[in-house]
Amino acid sequence: MKKRISEMAITFGLLGLFWILLSGYFDGFHLVAGGICSLIVTAMSYRLLFSERRSQFFRTSWRLICYVPWELWQIVLANIDVIRRVLHPRMPIAPCLIEIETPLRSEFALVTLGNSITLTPGTITVSVDPEKGKFLVHALAKEPADALLVDQTMQRKVAGVFQEGRTEG
Amino acid sequence: MVIVDRIVILIVLAGTFVTLAGAIGLLRFPDFYTRLHATGKCDTLGTGLILTGFMVFHFVHYSSTPLVPIKVLILIIFVFIANPTATHAIVKAAYRTGVRPWHLGEKRR
Repeated sequence: MKKRISEMAITFGLLGLFWILLSGYFDGFHLVAGGICSLIVTAMSYRLLFSERRSQFFRTSWRLICYVPWELWQIVLANIDVIRRVLHPRMPIAPCLIEIETPLRSEFALVTLGNSITLTPGTITVSVDPEKGKFLVHALAKEPADALLVDQTMQRKVAGVFQEGRTEG
Repeated sequence: MVIVDRIVILIVLAGTFVTLAGAIGLLRFPDFYTRLHATGKCDTLGTGLILTGFMVFHFVHYSSTPLVPIKVLILIIFVFIANPTATHAIVKAAYRTGVRPWHLGEKRR
């Protein structure tokens, strides 16, 4: 019960903040209207924000924020790589489909890794098998495929963010 | 002020260049999947860079409305989440319906 109230309070707070941010009005009428709207939406959807691993929510969020700068830098590198391949006169691409296995199981971790793969060096997630943690990835050339198959930096980083994979190997 | 303007111009130019490269890739690459590589990545970073430029410009020159840059920041975050998700959805749909990936040495489609 106590947990549920704190979940509702956090959801309500975030929604209210978002309302104030988007409206930009600080007079009584708009604040009350925003409060009522936030209450209604909170009553309907407070379960969505904490669907899994509620106890670790804040630590996981913090680690996710720490992961973002590295990911952004990888996106820049990825774009330079793709732009080089696009503008190169001979277009050095050799597309292939690869399969990678990860120890990740939770939905949020799988979505994060899937989106990270799509955004970084020459790879797009084609399909995900959530039960086995398998990713089917379309790679633009051999080097980006090797980054996922051999280096596995990204898998390890995402697994570190969500603290998964150590028990299951 | 002038220095900030120059940095903004550089960022927006870089974003435009990345988006342009994405469009060229869309035209040059040989098949469906490789074309999505060009758009899925370049559009995300290009849009992100252009919006970052807008954000900095607004923050410096119109500091009386500080909420607008935050809204633009939220836009950037949404683009960075929605764009790869949409790319993945399109690729998955193509793979399910049996679009064959192009391999080196084949004719372009």
